[in-house]
Amino acid sequence: MNSLQNYLLLSSLLFSIGLAGALIRRNAILVLIGIELMLNAANLNLIAFWRFGPNPAALTGIMFAIFSISIAAAEAAVGLGIILAAYRHSKTTDLDRMNSLRG
Amino acid sequence: MNVPFIILAIITVVGTAAAMGMRNAVHCVLALTVGLAGVAALYLQLGAQFVGFTQIMVYVGAVAILAVFAIMMTHSPEPAKPPTFSSFWTVGSVVAAAVFAVLAWAIHSSSLATHTLPPQPEVTVQQIGDALMHRFVLPLELMGLLLTAALIGAVVIAMNHREETK
Repeated sequence: MNSLQNYLLLSSLLFSIGLAGALIRRNAILVLIGIELMLNAANLNLIAFWRFGPNPAALTGIMFAIFSISIAAAEAAVGLGIILAAYRHSKTTDLDRMNSLRG
Repeated sequence: MNVPFIILAIITVVGTAAAMGMRNAVHCVLALTVGLAGVAALYLQLGAQFVGFTQIMVYVGAVAILAVFAIMMTHSPEPAKPPTFSSFWTVGSVVAAAVFAVLAWAIHSSSLATHTLPPQPEVTVQQIGDALMHRFVLPLELMGLLLTAALIGAVVIAMNHREETK
């Protein structure tokens, strides 16, 4: 078992942890953090494949990772804004009690 | 499998698992910063210095602070603490474990073992800037547009509309 497989296994474990958090947490902010963890696992995959790929001088994996981090940051800002707006309506961030779209 | 990788992997997995499993939301975000710093150290170990430091600035700096602010602003004063996990947490855990099992099986049975580690590439920030300004200039401009739209959108969504309706 070589090193690339280790990195891929670690990133799939990270993805599963994020998926579990996104599925089972009740706090909406922590669900968003779980989604961020899944994006991080994808970034780790991109960097690992870039490092072990045949042509690392092309910088493609690094560019993908940089753009992915930027999109994740924008997504976190908009997601937290939506959670704040929803909290103002329903006075809770508990996802089991946020069960109506109309305020 | 070398020792630094094992240490960083343990830090990352323990930090992220604690971030998803702890009861207090602020403690969760603090554990998350540990896990994401571990991921940044893995980037550094893989030779992607710029991505590693970007990860530290964006995630450990900005996103964690943003999440802590959101947790504090949505802190409810009710004394009765709701359960941490959802009512269908067994189903969620089983789904996540099944996803990991499938991914691990696919990675294990793939032909990746024939890959050998190429020599460490020399990647400077100047090369990354050159690539961003020439080959990836259109994605860069689109990213600026997206970040502007996200900034305005987040402000508009989170703005308090109650004063306008009075």
